[in-house]
Amino acid sequence: MSFLEIQGVRKSFGANTVVHGFDLAVERGEFVSFLGPSGCGKTTMLRIVAGFEAPSAGSVRIDGEDVTGRPPNVRRIGMVFQAYALFPNMTVADNVAFGLKVAGLSRGEANERVDEMLRLIKLEHTRDRYPYQLSGGQQQRVALARAIAPKPRVLLLDEPLSALDAKIRVSLREEIRELQQRLGITTIFVTHDQEEALSMSDRIVVMSEGRAEQVGTPFEIYNRPRTRFVASFVGTLGLLEGEAELGDRVVVAGQEIEAETPGARPGERVTLALRPEALSLQPSRERSNALRGEIVSVSFLGSVVRIRARFEASELLVDTFNDPAQPPPARGEPVTVYFSPADVQCLDASGTSHRPAARVRAPSGSRTALPLGA
Amino acid sequence: MTGSRAGPVAAVLLCALYFLLPLIATFEFSLSMIRNTWSFEAYRVVFADARFRDTFLFSAVAALATIVLGTLIVVPTAYWVRLRLPRLRPAIEFITLLPLVIPPIVLVFGYLRLYNSSSWLPFTATVGGTNVLLVFGYAVLALPYMFRAVDTGLQAIDIRTLTEAAESLGASRRTILLRVILPNVRAAVLSGAFLTFAIVIGEFVLASLLNRPAFGPYLQNVGANRAYEPAALAMIAFAVTWGCMMMLQLAGGGRAGRPRRARFPKLRTRAAP
Repeated sequence: MSFLEIQGVRKSFGANTVVHGFDLAVERGEFVSFLGPSGCGKTTMLRIVAGFEAPSAGSVRIDGEDVTGRPPNVRRIGMVFQAYALFPNMTVADNVAFGLKVAGLSRGEANERVDEMLRLIKLEHTRDRYPYQLSGGQQQRVALARAIAPKPRVLLLDEPLSALDAKIRVSLREEIRELQQRLGITTIFVTHDQEEALSMSDRIVVMSEGRAEQVGTPFEIYNRPRTRFVASFVGTLGLLEGEAELGDRVVVAGQEIEAETPGARPGERVTLALRPEALSLQPSRERSNALRGEIVSVSFLGSVVRIRARFEASELLVDTFNDPAQPPPARGEPVTVYFSPADVQCLDASGTSHRPAARVRAPSGSRTALPLGA
Repeated sequence: MTGSRAGPVAAVLLCALYFLLPLIATFEFSLSMIRNTWSFEAYRVVFADARFRDTFLFSAVAALATIVLGTLIVVPTAYWVRLRLPRLRPAIEFITLLPLVIPPIVLVFGYLRLYNSSSWLPFTATVGGTNVLLVFGYAVLALPYMFRAVDTGLQAIDIRTLTEAAESLGASRRTILLRVILPNVRAAVLSGAFLTFAIVIGEFVLASLLNRPAFGPYLQNVGANRAYEPAALAMIAFAVTWGCMMMLQLAGGGRAGRPRRARFPKLRTRAAP
């Protein structure tokens, strides 16, 4: 049995159902992210685990104990909020000690634990300061220390980085991940930022309209999206409109390429999806498909040059590495892009990917795993 | 002085005179108990009067009891309404404003009918019971001021997130109220408390009709029977009220090193990437 089990959870507010039949099993020490756009039900789901919302149906079990009907203060969870939520009337040390005192630790034990926590987040010097004397990043680190001080069974992070500056966001997410791995805390992290989810998680739950669209490792989610929603929400994706032919052939913009189109009859319209980094301007043995088109725009991003190319009605993004010896191509130039048939995903009209899930391998063009999009 | 400013200055001076002249006259009169000389004789007489000390002490204790009772009623109510029953807030606010609309005499007559010595709950049968009833009545009179102050104080902090943070750390409702909510609305509770103190010290109707030896009825009694002492008493009452107001200012201003109010980051709307 898994450490944290969510079974068949549904949540309705009146006639509005925000979470539909949500199932998830989280192993001890695992870091799972709920990723999705606003209003997808990810925060509601987290609040159900925390006990702030009661599910309309289904159950939540932590370490074998059914906590579905239990109030939050007996669930032994730690939670970090987007708005920090430090107690403004208490010093940093008192904030961190709050959960320990509630748990009945003696002053000495609590003090020891507080010191340990503040060392962990490298904020020993702020011990006697008040929250309003700290920066946003410091406040959120204190909030994290406060949450993990009483040794919670599950750590719940509700968009903890959203209110911070971009630079601190990146450094703090590394700090959170390192702390989580060092302490081995089972963690659920809610975010709408795919970069955060991809870089921090053991597994990601991509959510849309109250449903878990796909559950998988960041690698699987990014490279093998199972639905059109996941494909378009995580990372950047170029879409080609084409017409299926016999024997894994597809006609795109009057040119024939090779791509698996399971279930598509000849003559049927299909949509092919490609990651920018799967495409190249140079042919290779694996990149046997070639498409001729026209360059629409070129973005020089430093190490990477992102080219937008048009093939009649379709557009693709191509990521290539910056080559100091060669200036990037210009707008309006003709261009030929090359890609491997294995990197093409065929999406049908309903948005479901036809790719068999078992075929997991690194895409040939995965030199840049940078999720540059969004 | 330019001509354009003469008008406003004149208006301010006129208003100041309107308020200050009676005060100055009363003060002047309170000093003239002994003929042909100014003295604090009237004050000496007042302070020497045992009834002054007794009634003032009685009213001060009643005021403190009212503050404690009012805090116990208002803080949890305002907190709970804001947290869980926001739709009831207009109704609760209306109820707390009723004491401003309903005259105290109506209130006390209602009390006397409901709780007289031959009723099912005979508060007025004993002195202690009557005192308790008096404090209950004072708490009702203080309700508009207490509720407004505390509700505004709660508005300044994010009570929902603070409550959830405390809950996730294992705190019970009582712990949350005592250790998280109350300290953060301390200034608001204090400002409500000083207003309550000022009201209770001068209150006449409830104390008089319940026949309790409070400061208000004593003021009235002296005013009806003596010449110079009422003026001195008025000045003393005035000083007490101003003392309360100044303490209110200090409490509202917060102590050094403490935040005047909670500082929270503005929540960003959760925009999709």
